[in-house]
Amino acid sequence: MSQFKAHSVLPGFNLALGFTLLYLSLIVLIPLSALFFKTATLGWGGFWEVVTGERVLAALRVTFVTSFAAAVINALFGLIVAWVLVRYRFPGKRIVDALVDLPFALPTAVAGIVLATLYAPNGWLGQHFAAHDIKVAYTPLGIVVALTFIGLPFVVRTVQPVLADVEAEVEEAAASLGAGRWDVFRRVIFPAIYPALLTGFALAFARAIGEYGSVIFIAGNMPYISEIAPLLIVAKLEQYDYAGATAIAVAMLLISFALLLSINALQWWSSRRGGR
Amino acid sequence: MSITIENLNKSFGAYKALDNINLEVNSGELLALLGPSGCGKTSLLRIIGGMELADTGKLLFHGEDVRQRDARERNVGFVFQHYALFRHMTVFENVAFGLRVKPKKERHSEAEIKRRVHELLSLVQLDFLHDRYPAQLSGGQRQRIALARALAVEPKILLLDEPFGALDAQVRKELRRWLRRLHDELHITSIFVTHDQEEALEVADRVVVMNKGRIEQVGTPDEVYAAPATPFVYQFIGNVNLFHSRDHAPWTEHHGDAVAYVRPHDIDISVLPQDDTALPVEVKLVRAIGSVVRVEVAADDSSELIEIELSRERFDAAPLANGDRVFIRPRQFRVFETGEQHEFSAT
Repeated sequence: MSQFKAHSVLPGFNLALGFTLLYLSLIVLIPLSALFFKTATLGWGGFWEVVTGERVLAALRVTFVTSFAAAVINALFGLIVAWVLVRYRFPGKRIVDALVDLPFALPTAVAGIVLATLYAPNGWLGQHFAAHDIKVAYTPLGIVVALTFIGLPFVVRTVQPVLADVEAEVEEAAASLGAGRWDVFRRVIFPAIYPALLTGFALAFARAIGEYGSVIFIAGNMPYISEIAPLLIVAKLEQYDYAGATAIAVAMLLISFALLLSINALQWWSSRRGGR
Repeated sequence: MSITIENLNKSFGAYKALDNINLEVNSGELLALLGPSGCGKTSLLRIIGGMELADTGKLLFHGEDVRQRDARERNVGFVFQHYALFRHMTVFENVAFGLRVKPKKERHSEAEIKRRVHELLSLVQLDFLHDRYPAQLSGGQRQRIALARALAVEPKILLLDEPFGALDAQVRKELRRWLRRLHDELHITSIFVTHDQEEALEVADRVVVMNKGRIEQVGTPDEVYAAPATPFVYQFIGNVNLFHSRDHAPWTEHHGDAVAYVRPHDIDISVLPQDDTALPVEVKLVRAIGSVVRVEVAADDSSELIEIELSRERFDAAPLANGDRVFIRPRQFRVFETGEQHEFSAT
């Protein structure tokens, strides 16, 4: 132990590390390893058979593609919302600021039902889309809408403080050196907020992958088209196929882990480039 | 490039930041805007730099009206108190920034940019830091990089907002001498803002003393120190003693409601009364500070302290101690009345 312990003025290294490991074990590692143990009862062949099933592959594809799309939309519009909240003063700003967090507070099933009602072909919003032959509810597009809704706060809340930290002076300096608005954003502001934007994106993405409650109401849940992987897990559970359910969960977990790890690596790489 | 400012006004809501400013900055001079915080000096600088717009008045660069021109079109270099470096860029990229954002037609080749950046970094004596990030530099180094960055676009005017304000005393002193030398080399019209009178007097060709949005006096460092135009300038630049009518009447022969301003080193101190106008005082405190000795005295019927500065030599010739009873008499003073000013010299 002692060779890992660098000398530090902060006391309680052993205690803090011990607590961290215990806590992580209880909350994260033990449940996750239970998942792996249950899956292991299938054996490699059984596992492979479940996760490469045509319907499972389709569901995984729907989950990751819609989650990615929602995270991209959130990154873009979340950035704009954060920008407006940081840079401008307008009446009702505090209310708008509070509104951003609402998707966190609302039970996701409620959100799903409301969105499904609004975006249904005869709903308030859905009828306008239907007039242009665009179906939102009960298609993958509807899933993206639901996932965008629940993921909105992540990007806004991660970018907002970092953007507020970019001093106006830095922008003035860039302008006095002859930089146009686009150059100022591209060369000065964006590099500063990029790591936070990536974090927000990763959080929104991860949240969307695991989302169940809001999606099932708006998705229509048609196999191969708008059926998400978490729904398939629930379906397996209802058929008492516990090992099959955990196998899909393990597959999702591994893919998510690989994706989040690569986002982290990207972040590490860009922050090293930034010299911080 | 010369700068002409005529009848310039600027308000922030009800607060008048600049009140009818008229100023002529000569081509190639180094001008200091000096004043206490909130006097409008930074607002004036930011208006010249195009970061802020004046409400009314004229702003001319070499006779040409630039009020409608954006900061990026004014060709003005700006140096900020807190450096405002781009922290995700290396020192090299910071300095190269102004060259890289030029429109395609005017942009130099990569080799030319490289050559010029290294030339500028050599000018500020920091070429060896070219691949570092701002966070890895000291405050003094950062400010020199900020200056190199501003100079990269070959500005016709250089504006510096409290450039040494965030640095410690030793570095400040070094940097301001260095700035003076740099200016003598480049001869670029420069304006710097400071609240430090020593800095203004040491570095600038001319000093503009500002107070409450107005210009109190414009002059060479010697003029503003030796011949302050207003009571404010007297008090802001250097130390000064104030004598009210009752006390100064014997010397000034001025009996109105007026105040006499006397510099601490313009007061004679003597054990015997110099003449019948001398003021009897008691020595309250003697402090030797380097080459000068500061003596604080008070008149018999007053608790107000009068500060006197003596050279070390003079003090050693006739030492004083707390409680000594002596006489003082000003060699030189200036009386300001409400509304008008009179200058008198003691004989």
